Order: sequence, then structure tokens, then C-alpha cells
Amino acid sequence: MADKVNLKIDGIDVSVEKGNTVLDAAKKLDIHIPTLCYHEDLCVAGNCRVCVVERKGSGNLIASCATPAEEGMEIFTNTLKVRQARRYIVDLLLSEHREDCTKCYKNNNCELQSLAADTIISDYLFMDLVPDKEYTIDQYSPSIIKDDGKCIRCQRCVRTCTELQHVSALGVAYKGDEMKISTFFENPMIEVVCTNCGQCVNRCPTGALVERNYIDQVYDAISDEDTHVVVQTAPAVRVALGEELGFDPGERVTGKMVTALKRVGFDSVLDTDWSADLTIMEEGTELLTRLKKALVDKDTSVKLPMTTSCSPGWIKFIEHTYPEFLENVSTCKSPQQMFGALAKTYYAQKRNLNPEKIVSVSVMPCTAKKYEADRPEMRDSGYKDVDYVLTTRELGMMIRQAGIDFLTIPDNKYDSIMGESTGAAVIFGATGGVMEAALRTAYEIVTGKEVPFDNLNIEPVRGMEGVREASIVIEGATDDWKFLEGVELKTVVAHGLTNAREVMQKVKKGEADWHFIEIMACPGGCLGGGGQPIPTTPEIRQKRADAIYDEDANLPIRKSHENPEIQAIYKEFLGEPLGHKSHELLHTHYKERDRV
Amino acid sequence: MPDTKKLQRVDLIFTEECSYKDVLQNTLKRPKDEIVQEILDSGLRGRGGAGFPTGLKWKFTAQEESDEKFVVCNADEGEPGTFKDREILTRVPFKVFGGMAVCGYVIGSKQGYMYLRGEYEYLKEDIQKRIDEFHKTLDELGFDFRIQLLMGCGAYICGEESALFESMEGKRGEPRNKPPYPTQEGFRRKPTVINNVETLVYSLMICNVGSQKFQELGTADSRGSKVFSVSGDTPIPGIYELELGMSLAEFVEEFGDGDTKSVQVGGAAGFCVPRKKFNDTIIGFEGVPTGGSMMLFNSSRSMYNVLKNYVEFFREESCGQCTPCRVGCQQLLKGIEAVKKGEKPTTYLKTLLKLTEVMKVTAKCGLGQSVANSFSSIVDNFKEEMIY
Repeated sequence: MADKVNLKIDGIDVSVEKGNTVLDAAKKLDIHIPTLCYHEDLCVAGNCRVCVVERKGSGNLIASCATPAEEGMEIFTNTLKVRQARRYIVDLLLSEHREDCTKCYKNNNCELQSLAADTIISDYLFMDLVPDKEYTIDQYSPSIIKDDGKCIRCQRCVRTCTELQHVSALGVAYKGDEMKISTFFENPMIEVVCTNCGQCVNRCPTGALVERNYIDQVYDAISDEDTHVVVQTAPAVRVALGEELGFDPGERVTGKMVTALKRVGFDSVLDTDWSADLTIMEEGTELLTRLKKALVDKDTSVKLPMTTSCSPGWIKFIEHTYPEFLENVSTCKSPQQMFGALAKTYYAQKRNLNPEKIVSVSVMPCTAKKYEADRPEMRDSGYKDVDYVLTTRELGMMIRQAGIDFLTIPDNKYDSIMGESTGAAVIFGATGGVMEAALRTAYEIVTGKEVPFDNLNIEPVRGMEGVREASIVIEGATDDWKFLEGVELKTVVAHGLTNAREVMQKVKKGEADWHFIEIMACPGGCLGGGGQPIPTTPEIRQKRADAIYDEDANLPIRKSHENPEIQAIYKEFLGEPLGHKSHELLHTHYKERDRV
Repeated sequence: MPDTKKLQRVDLIFTEECSYKDVLQNTLKRPKDEIVQEILDSGLRGRGGAGFPTGLKWKFTAQEESDEKFVVCNADEGEPGTFKDREILTRVPFKVFGGMAVCGYVIGSKQGYMYLRGEYEYLKEDIQKRIDEFHKTLDELGFDFRIQLLMGCGAYICGEESALFESMEGKRGEPRNKPPYPTQEGFRRKPTVINNVETLVYSLMICNVGSQKFQELGTADSRGSKVFSVSGDTPIPGIYELELGMSLAEFVEEFGDGDTKSVQVGGAAGFCVPRKKFNDTIIGFEGVPTGGSMMLFNSSRSMYNVLKNYVEFFREESCGQCTPCRVGCQQLLKGIEAVKKGEKPTTYLKTLLKLTEVMKVTAKCGLGQSVANSFSSIVDNFKEEMIY
């Protein structure tokens, strides 16, 4: 076949598609070639040179990740020349790297460390270069800490930031021995266009980029008997936490997670899914209201299309990049922040607690949520609505630290109130999920009937395609919503900020006729969030997505408006969606930020 | 003893006995294949240092199918000790442009670029004026081709062809993975011929005098003549066009000061040849190749200082992306300093030599690969100077 190339690796014949690399071909033969700068999600850099192999007839070694397989090639991956070269290269990397392994946050989850172990570095060949360097640590961001001393200059983070996210907060500065990963004018991450999405953290092979962790603060709060510590867990955490604790990707561990959180000592284990349902009520109503104002009242000040606002990475991105469209963003706070505002008001009232003594913790698949919780707007309860945000990884560490055997502990149910949720909320964790949940509810509000999709599964908005358009024609609108009869509600879903930019460019050029846009900053949505277990690959993200849709399919209630605890809070506390109290606690505003 | 040529001065490049306009006019009438064949037959190899056969480059690019192709003149003359392109651009710029136009004609390109070394900023205005003038000539000849002048910013690495493209595209000057090669994907990922300034002039001159005449000069592996930049401990530093294939002994006889201890052939990326090897060393691709830089050192020079200077240069001028080059250069420098100070045993030089071997076979581009040349040739030949 013309599209195939045949080559030989370590004496074994292999046939791969044209365009595949030598590394791809070796993988096919289950030959492991070590890599560092290579990442499945990113373009090939070929700069670490760890993956060099020998090619018959060539004096120089070739980087297997960057060399296309060619017909008749003969490759050797384990010769003396290759092993020595690899050893030298790993040694060189180590000589430039501040080795704090035992006190490093990434200890035992570091690709450089594993590579050094595999290469059997028992003694260093070279001199330590670290004392000659003036390495700095950028620890001003509430989300991400960047330690240049641990950086191996593989540029995965740079490629992530530019290619995957089109943000380009991180770039390469200087050359030669001074070459480093830096930001615009070497400003701290908090002062540049960084969206705190944490995708760089997910792909950093060492401890150079990590989340700021709040484990100690949370333990302090738990140990303080005067405080009541509530914890909320985001939808995407339950399908990924298992990876931190010995399960394969795609395992749903909701019940075990609840048990573990209780054993760790949280006073009440509650669910962000609950406030995701609440978000649907608010956001769905907001969308319908905007449509009504635009279509019936002919109010030209109403901004359409409306975009979602759940993803704090997306929010910061639009604040920097498309500030002229801030009014198009739903005013709804994210589920995390809705939960936070209600934990110190509604929950405090119902449980008869002094809100001052409540410490509100969230477990998120996200690093941007840490920044979001710190925003000055997020204090509508009169206190800091969410005190500490932990990533899925941090929770994994806490569970290990607490000595809990996660593999064997039993399941448990969330506490009440604010612990009950629906399938519509769970799917918030996947790209397209907010759209699907919103459509399930909005369509039913308007027509009194379920969305016309098999088993409520709105397949057109699901999947991993970067930008997905879908539309739904409203048929049988009730009297209140007659103006929507026959209207084709047009939607688009995008995940990853590169795709978000593509969508926004269309909006900007006036080429878009969508009514509703869902954007998640991270690839795959929250399940691929910057706070999720490392590594991340398209395959792992797909498994997490499958788990999310399984979770949805297995829940008895799958529409947000049918959540009894949501119905209860409107009855007892909020009144109605977009009501006075909602405005006070559940909605927010955004601000324009510099482009640099 | 290899078959060497006598030192002979040649005047192909700077000769005033040739009107570039006439050459261009005649050449643009010839079939493209014939021109490629002429260049192939001449045996001309790239004069920037790497020595890739120019005719093949042109042929490959001509064979590529693409809506756009480019001709790039590499005038980022950054190799320490070379200054011949500056001279060529000052004295015979039209021949350079002419070579570009012929190349454009052969490969089917309407756009040429000249990437000028940042330090040659002062030449910019003058070159631009001449480009404008050249464009008028092309219009008179009815040939649709334009040259745009782009400035480098002072990074040595941008002389590496793929880093140069990146720089031209407004990006950070970092070498790309190869393949694909420039003939397939060069500037803006389009098929591109990138030639050194001198190569382009020779191409035009070969079109003028014919491959036969060019072939008569030099040796089997190194046809023709070459412009040398002679510097260091010599009474007559300067630019000389010489036939290729002479022995280094012949060269030193002509240019040395009577006390020549070694010659650095090919700049920091080249080789250091000690006196005892002058007789056995041919200047050319079969011996020690050079992009033109010839630095002579007499016995007053410390070879440790020479080497240290080169390694410092590489440590700073590495783009920094690939491990062997970025970290390797730092280790080499720190290593020779430590040996000199007695902080490391002399056997550590062996580790460093081994490191340069690894750099040679694993670095991503020619820069990192060639650090071994000067390092090993100086350390091997002047070991006692490294230690004491």
C-alpha cells in the first residue's frame, strides 16, 4: 500500500502509516523509547534529545519523536552508542536542575526523576551548574507556582500555552545558558495574560510548574474545633480522582470519594453538582430572558449570543482578549462560587451555624478556580465565599496522607443539604455538558416537554471535536413562550482556548448566528482541567468523559429543574431564578484587563 | 601525502571584467535544466561552510510543486573570523542579486530575500539602494523577481538556515527539526533555496564562464576557488580569493608571520590545526573545510584562552533549546576552567571530550554538532596548555 512505510526497529519489521514517526513505530512494537519534551497533545519539538536512536548508515543519532519513519529505515534503540548518549543527556539535564526531590511537590510524579532512575544515574558525570544560576521562583499567583530551578526547558508549557490555548503567557526568553521560560517582560504570572488554566501544570514533566497547594490550610481548618468545614466536589473530580489513588482512568469513584472526605475530617461533604443544577436554573432563565427581550421587546441593548461563565480560565481569557464581549457572558457565577455564597448564607441559616465559623473548601479539577475564589467580587455572603480550593491532585495527596486505603473503602452518600444532584449536573464536567444540561431544562420550561433526543442524550453537543455546532427547533411552546415557537435555537460548544478564540473571532466578525455558546478553557472541558491527575492524554480524557456520561445515565434524576433540593431552595430562600436574592448572591460582573 | 594544489590567487568573484547585466540577460534565455546541469557539473558546493552541492539544492527545489517558492540569501555572516560576505556585498552586490535572480528563474520563484547580519546594519541603506537599482534592471530585462532585505538581530544561531527562516517569520530563531529540509519546507514552509552570499556569486559566475572553467580549479571534492577571510597573527590580514585544495603549509607560507603555531580553519565551528599537521592538511572538503575563516595563531597565544573564548561564544550563542548544546557548552566551559584551576583531575578532559562526541551526534543542529570540532582539536593537540 502506498500510504504505508516499512522499517525495521531492533531487527523487528514494522509497517506504519506514512507520516508516523520512528517513535510511533517503536510504540507499535512495544519498544519503549524514553521521552521528555514529547507530549501527545502538542506539536513535536525534538529539543530534549532524550529519545535519540541510531539509524543505520547515519553517524548522527536521530530524535525518534521528530523523525518521520521512512521506507527501509533500520533503527536501533538500545545500542551502546544510544545508551551512552542518553545517559549523558539525562546527566546534563540533572546538572542544570535543582534537585530537591524529597521536598518537591512532584516527588514520585516526575518524569525527570523516573528517567534518571531508568537511566541508572548512580553518580554524576558533570559539575553542578545550579550554584552559577540565579533561578527564581514566581509564587505570586494564587493558582500556579513557577520554579525555574526545576525547569528542563522542554518547552511543553510554552507549546501548551501558545498552541493549545492561544494565550502565549509563557514564552522562551534569552538564549544559550541564560535561556529560560518566561513571561512578557518577565512579569509574574499573576500580572500577565495567564488564564490560570493550569494546562502547563498538567504537562510539565518536572516540578517547575505546579499548583499553589492549600493542603496545610485545609488541615488547619479541619483541626480547629471551632470551625465547621464544608467541602464541595466538582463534577469532574469523581471521574479522575481514582487515577491518583491506584485506579485506571475512567473509574467512577464518587462514593469512595465521599467516604474519604468524611474520614479526612470534613464536617459536611457536599456537592458542586447541586450548585451546577442551580446554575442551570439561573443561566437557563437568563438565556430565555435575553431571548425574550431581544425577540419580543426588541430591546437592542440585550447581548446575544450569550456565553457560559462556569470556566474561570475562559472568564479571564475573555477579560483580556475580548473585553468588548463581556456583556455577552452570562452573569451567573460558576457553580463553585454559587455554592460558596450559599454555604455562608442559606446553609448557615438552615444548619443554624455562624457563617463566620464556616470554612468553605472546594475540590476542583481546576487551578483557575483558586484564582476565581480570590476575586474580590466573590464575597457576596459577607465573607470570602470559598476559602480554599483544592485540586483533584491535592485531594489525592490528602487521602494518601490520611492513610486511607482508597481501593477498598466503601461508598457513601453526600450529606444534605446542598448535596443532592442530577445527571444534568454531572455532565458539567465534560465539554458540551453545560449546553446539554441547559437545553434539557430550557426546552422543558418552554414547551413543557422533554428535549426530543433519545433518552435525553443530546449527542450533537457531545464529543471531543474542538468546536461543535448544534441546533434545536422549538416545537409546541407553551403560551408564555409562544414567541419561541418554531425558533431554531442555535448553539456552539468549544473547549480549549484556541477553539474559544476561533468561536469568538466569528462572533467578532459578525459571522455567527448562535444564541448560546458554551466555552470551557480546558481540552475536553473540566475533565481535562489543569487540576486533574497527571498525565493527561486524549485517551485518558476520553475515558473520563465516558465515565461522566455513565454517571449521568445511572442517576435517577437527570434534569436540573427536577432536583428536589433545588426546588426547595427556590421555595425557601431564593424565590425565583433571577430574583432579587439570586442577583445578590449568584450573579456577578466582569472587568476588562490588559492585553499584556 | 595527499595530492595538493599550489597556492594560487584567483579572480572570479571581484573581477570587473564581467557585467552582471550581460550575464543575467544571457542566462535568463537558457533553458532552466541546462543551468541546473551547469551548476551541478561545476561541482560547486555551498560556501557557507557545510558544503552541500548547490546544483542539487536548486534541482530539488525546482522539482517541488508549490504555489510559492523562495530564494534566500544567507548574509548572516556570523562565524568568528569571517568577513568575506561583507566585502562581497560591498564590492559586488549586483552579482549576489544576479545569482539570486538566476536561482529564482531556475526554481520558479518570484521572491527573494536577503537576511543581513544585524551587525551589518550600517550596510543596509546602501544595499537597499542597490536592490532598488537591481529591480529596475530586472524590469528592463522583463524578469519578474523581487528581493527584500531583512535584518538579523545579532544572534549567531540565525545563520543556521532553519533558525534563519524562523527569524524571518518573526519568530524566535530556533532551528527546526530536519527533515523536512528547506528545499521541501523552508521560509513560510514553502520550498526554498537558501544559499550563502558567496555561493550565489559563484553560481552567476559559473553561468558566465561555464562549468568547465570552474571545474579546472580545485580538487575532485573541492572544485573552484573560495574567498578566505585571513586574520590573526598575519602581516597581511584581509580577503583573498584562492584556489581550493592547497595544503595548509602552503597557506601558512603565504600568510603566516614565521611563527605560526596553529591555524583555526573554519572559525569557532571549525578545526584547529597545529603546526605539525600543516603539511598533511588540505584546505577543502576532503581535508578541513572552511566557510572562509582562517585564523592564524603564533606562539605568543595561549590555546587555552583561544578555546575558552570559543566555548564562551558557543555557550552564549546556543539557542538554548536542545539539551546537549545548551547544557553541554556550559559544562565544557566550567570543565576546562576547573581542570585549569586544578579543581578537577586532568582525566576530566576525557569526560569532556566524550561529551563533545555526544553533542556531535545528538545536538539538534549544526551549532551544537560542531562544538566538538574546535574543542577536540584544541584539547587533543594542546593538552599541556589546557592543564598547566
